[in-house]
Amino acid sequence: MTTAETNIEYEGESLKKRLDKAMFASRRRAFLLVLPLLLFVLVTFVAPVLYFLFQGFYDPTFSRIMPQTSAQLAEWDTVSEPDEAMYAALVADLVDARKAKTIGKVATRVNREKAGTRSVFTSSARKAAKLEAPFKEALIDVKKEWADPAIWEAMKTASNTWTLGYYANALDYRQNADGSYRRQDASRRVDTEVGFGDWSFTVNLGIHQLLFLRTLQISLMVTVFCLLLGYPIAYLLATLPLRTSNLLMILVLLPFWTSILVRTTSWIAMLQSQGVVNDLLVFFGVTNDDGRFSLIYNKLGTLIAMTHILLPFMVLPLFSVMKGIPPSYVRAAKSLGATNWTAFWRVYAPQTIPGIGAGAILVFIVAIGYYITPALVGGQDGQMISNFIDFHMRKSLNWNLAAGLGGVLLVIVMFLYWLYDRIVGIDNMKMG
Amino acid sequence: MKLVTKLAPAALAVSMTLGVASAAEITVVSWGGAYTKSQVEAYHKPWAAATGNTVVSEDYNGGLSEVKAQVEAGNVKWDLVDVELSDAVRGCDEGLLETLDINEMPAGDDGTAAADDFLPGTYTDCAIGTIVWSTIYAYDSSKVEGTPSSIADFFDTEKFPGKRGIRKNPKANMEMALMADGVPADEVYSVLATAEGVERALAKMDSIKDQVVWWEAGAQPPQLLADGEVVMTTAYNGRIFNAVASEDKPFEIVWDGQVWDLDLWVMPKGAPNKEAAMDFVKFSTDTKRLAAQASWISYGPVRKSSSSLVGSFHDKPDLKMDVHMPTAPSNMKNALQNDFEFWADNQDQLNEQFNAWLAK
Repeated sequence: MTTAETNIEYEGESLKKRLDKAMFASRRRAFLLVLPLLLFVLVTFVAPVLYFLFQGFYDPTFSRIMPQTSAQLAEWDTVSEPDEAMYAALVADLVDARKAKTIGKVATRVNREKAGTRSVFTSSARKAAKLEAPFKEALIDVKKEWADPAIWEAMKTASNTWTLGYYANALDYRQNADGSYRRQDASRRVDTEVGFGDWSFTVNLGIHQLLFLRTLQISLMVTVFCLLLGYPIAYLLATLPLRTSNLLMILVLLPFWTSILVRTTSWIAMLQSQGVVNDLLVFFGVTNDDGRFSLIYNKLGTLIAMTHILLPFMVLPLFSVMKGIPPSYVRAAKSLGATNWTAFWRVYAPQTIPGIGAGAILVFIVAIGYYITPALVGGQDGQMISNFIDFHMRKSLNWNLAAGLGGVLLVIVMFLYWLYDRIVGIDNMKMG
Repeated sequence: MKLVTKLAPAALAVSMTLGVASAAEITVVSWGGAYTKSQVEAYHKPWAAATGNTVVSEDYNGGLSEVKAQVEAGNVKWDLVDVELSDAVRGCDEGLLETLDINEMPAGDDGTAAADDFLPGTYTDCAIGTIVWSTIYAYDSSKVEGTPSSIADFFDTEKFPGKRGIRKNPKANMEMALMADGVPADEVYSVLATAEGVERALAKMDSIKDQVVWWEAGAQPPQLLADGEVVMTTAYNGRIFNAVASEDKPFEIVWDGQVWDLDLWVMPKGAPNKEAAMDFVKFSTDTKRLAAQASWISYGPVRKSSSSLVGSFHDKPDLKMDVHMPTAPSNMKNALQNDFEFWADNQDQLNEQFNAWLAK
């Protein structure tokens, strides 16, 4: 068969070659058309994301500013007493770092491994230039903390340019000086209940683990609420006469076009304890002035506001799928004796699955990285992992840890996407 | 929020006829609300009128992240930033800030050299202080029965029921919690340096945790009080003062257990208009300007020579400012200065512990 095909000759060239040529030309044209977009995505999205993920593994602060100490630390076995050569290297580096005004960076870096060491570095560096050999005694004289092997262990951990420490930290593990890992200190862990009702049990989780779990939980709940609320709306829109449904469509799209900040702050005005909802409840006697409900600045507030904000992401794909389902199918089912419920459940609902899939994955993925709404209305138990990433970006300035947290979140999303593909199938999804 | 203080046309005409080099535009970043307004009135407008330059005023919520991002990207947009002392020290240590020499600042009106006229500790290698401000707690006297008078009353929801507003940050809260728990002000930081001390502070805060509404921006607490969301809240004293002075709100400040701190000017390394910005720093920290700011908000000037010039609120001649300053003797009976070194050392760890406690 194949030989026959390739042997067909036409004006000196095989048909396959000519076909390849034609295909190549059209493929090249297609490629050139998407090239600007591809470059745009590469430069403004893929490259920054990769660069940032890379920051979670790469931290040259200590090794670059303290080269002599780093060289000494590389040979240290973490067990024996630090010797004079190590102290001499340290003093030399401290003098240089003080001159270059980079000592603060080193101090901040080591302080992340061992709290309270920041001032040990900055104050020792101020006096380092005047120190004389033997440096070990001299340095311990300046700050007694230098005699503590723990500060050397912290420096050794910090001196690794390539490190898994930040990703470990993002999962609530700490790196030891010898490269092994330990769990985060007990004071930074919390007991939390997992599961529902009788099937719940208590686990001791680190703060990041807890927040990753909560982020997944909130995203899942928001997705379910959006589906429950969005499905009837989409059905209504798809079945009403065009003029009415267009009008109603505006009601779905209007909030979609409004700024997220405006919508979130409107929810604050609605839900706060002196807000519209509570005022109405008091007015109708559902509760009294002292018993106003806490509807916002907690997880409930996050759930309500996020469900509202993400609802159009569910309604729109559902609507477009439902619009394409011929009404004759349900009519046929009914004329064959199906009840209303059977006709809906057995005939109509299965055909909307591509819309449900698209809507659910859109809402879930947008929700998992949601930041501004939980920050404004989340209070203490409505915060998500993105608020922590923001905290480390803007407040603690620990960008490496922020990168670690972001990397873990990305891996979780990828895994869930893969899982979704295995269970539902990505092809079985229709955006519109 | 951006606000451009327009240069006075007259000043422009003068500078043009004198052939002064083209007017500069500097970006000055501060904390927004009533505080930024006091700076605009006391510093920006007079400086713009005197030099023909323009000041672009921007708001931020504190911290060094924007400065770090701008300096490390080599794209510095800000000329001056109003920061807390701990950030001034940290930024200087990390090489994010230009050095500002106290000896270049003008002498006090009484002729005292700047280095002696500024209160001790109100300038560093990279920062020049402007005001003393304080974290206090305030209550709505129309909603609270009785008169809370001590820091312990803030944590006593049985005696004074109602929601509490607290800044979502361990700083100042941990100190207040310990003082409320009976730790004398001068021992607070030594207690807080131990693991038991941290536990103790968190336990105290735990006693009111379910009653807390958390705030982040300085403009929020007066709003929370006004909305009736909380009956008491920690706040920056000037914000509460202004709500009382200009909006006649029934708020009262309790000075017991106040935690005071400084605000200072810093210049990000590589600021685009160094010379003009330096001129602005000199102008805004002279004796008269610092005293003038105190007529717009109740934050105390850091120059000794300014304190005798502090008068009354700008549009209320009978509202004397001096008794509303954090530094007034009657307000300093049980006060604590924020220890920047303690926080520089421990804030990462305490932030994590505070966050874990919050999430419980």
